[in-house]
Amino acid sequence: MMFGRDALSVRGLGANSIDALWRLGYATRFFGLTLSHSGTCGRRPRLVVREVYYTGVLSLVIILVSGLFVGMVLGFQGYQTLTTYGSESALGVLVALSLVRELGPVVSALLFASRAGSAITAEIGLMKATEQLAAMEMMAVDPIARVIAPRYWAGVISMPLLAAMFSAMGVFGGYLVGVVLIGVDEGTFWSQMQAAVDVREDVFNGVIKSVVFGIAISWIAVFEGYDAPPTAEGVSGATTRTVVTSSLVVLGLDFIMTAFMFRGM
Amino acid sequence: MSSEYLVEIRDLTYAYGERPVLQNIEMAIPRGKVVAIMGISGSGKTTILRLIGGVLRAQRGEVLFDGVRVDPHDRARLYRLRRRMGMLFQFGALFTDLSVFDNVAFQIREHSELPESMVRDLVLMKLHAVGLRAAQAAMPGELSGGMARRVALARAIALDPTLIMYDEPFTGLDPIALGVIANLVRTLNDALGATSIVVTHDVEEALEVVDYVYYLSEGRIVAQGTPEEMRANVDPLVRQFVYGQADGPVSQQYPSRPIAEELGV
Repeated sequence: MMFGRDALSVRGLGANSIDALWRLGYATRFFGLTLSHSGTCGRRPRLVVREVYYTGVLSLVIILVSGLFVGMVLGFQGYQTLTTYGSESALGVLVALSLVRELGPVVSALLFASRAGSAITAEIGLMKATEQLAAMEMMAVDPIARVIAPRYWAGVISMPLLAAMFSAMGVFGGYLVGVVLIGVDEGTFWSQMQAAVDVREDVFNGVIKSVVFGIAISWIAVFEGYDAPPTAEGVSGATTRTVVTSSLVVLGLDFIMTAFMFRGM
Repeated sequence: MSSEYLVEIRDLTYAYGERPVLQNIEMAIPRGKVVAIMGISGSGKTTILRLIGGVLRAQRGEVLFDGVRVDPHDRARLYRLRRRMGMLFQFGALFTDLSVFDNVAFQIREHSELPESMVRDLVLMKLHAVGLRAAQAAMPGELSGGMARRVALARAIALDPTLIMYDEPFTGLDPIALGVIANLVRTLNDALGATSIVVTHDVEEALEVVDYVYYLSEGRIVAQGTPEEMRANVDPLVRQFVYGQADGPVSQQYPSRPIAEELGV
């Protein structure tokens, strides 16, 4: 048959597009369901606190260590570039602005997706595969209210806090390299930073980014876990999808938000 | 006046997509009795439990629990009914992040405001009933298959359900553990004044402890009666199952082309 292969590939493209759209709609409905079942989290905050421990506190090591190293690298790279223009006194500003505006929210979100997002997906997926969610449902306890919503809100709460700690640690790393190691004047480092970093324009915008990333990653993680086929292969695939999708969504959203926040022209 | 039957299934038909799983099922489970639903794998046994629990919705016919229609769309009423049902899943489905004690306490804590001292007494009584009071501090991962099944049983009876459902309770157990579970099915039913439905293909154990048997084949009830009647049944289909014969009306071969044709000879 003529055009047989073309017709097949067009049909495949169409089927994939419809599947993707259907899945997006399903994920959105699931998101709505999670929000509407969040009352239990309000009545029993301990459920959320417990999950904040697992998603937030247990992510602290990777976030703090990465923040420190990113800050130290910024110290070296920034100093090298700034000396070319004789403005190494602006090192503190460079480190702080890079972290607060961009690297803090984005890198910590990528780390959060790999450390906590994947764990949430795998846990929920395995609970489904071992019929724990079905058992809960049969006990007249709604798994969305009891398992999904607390994990979702824990992610939303943890993400901005982790990003803040990442940035703080990064600034400290920049200080270690710039001031302690290289010898940039300490007073200049801090005072220039204090003068140049604006709470509303820089810090607040960074916080907005990390909150949005927290919502996106937590949503993707709980949805992928809940939707995972109840097999070993299904759960591993869902975990991978959480990390890949979250990372791409974080980078895409970062571009969009940065474009909206941009006021350089 | 309440009927003498706790669960009634009327003209029930259920299909997964196009494939019919259950057809024209009529069942009546008398109060206080232990009833077995038997059949080979894939005969639709577990689907019946899911329909009684309201996890699935029948295309035709209805399920009545204590005179009330089980309707998966009416969540509030369904959850009220489920509080009176206990279900033992095939492999226990214990919550792996909770200890044995907390697993059994889960439902009590979720559905009541009882003080912790009373929760403790209730949990210990249930664990004592299955002989595992000593394992209260263990995590599910530390238990053997038989012990996990007994803990799950203690959890299923935590709220003294009117109906206890067992999904393949004997699968994968050693002979002693199997005997213990079979014995518990009978004694717990009588001690709690409950009604039990046991879905199984373990003929010997089941016929020892149940009062009545429904035998399912290809989604239809093909025989029913007391264990004695089942043993004496002359229908070759039932005899093959009850006496575990390899040859009989149920072929071990999945329907396919003749082998000579497949091999091209």
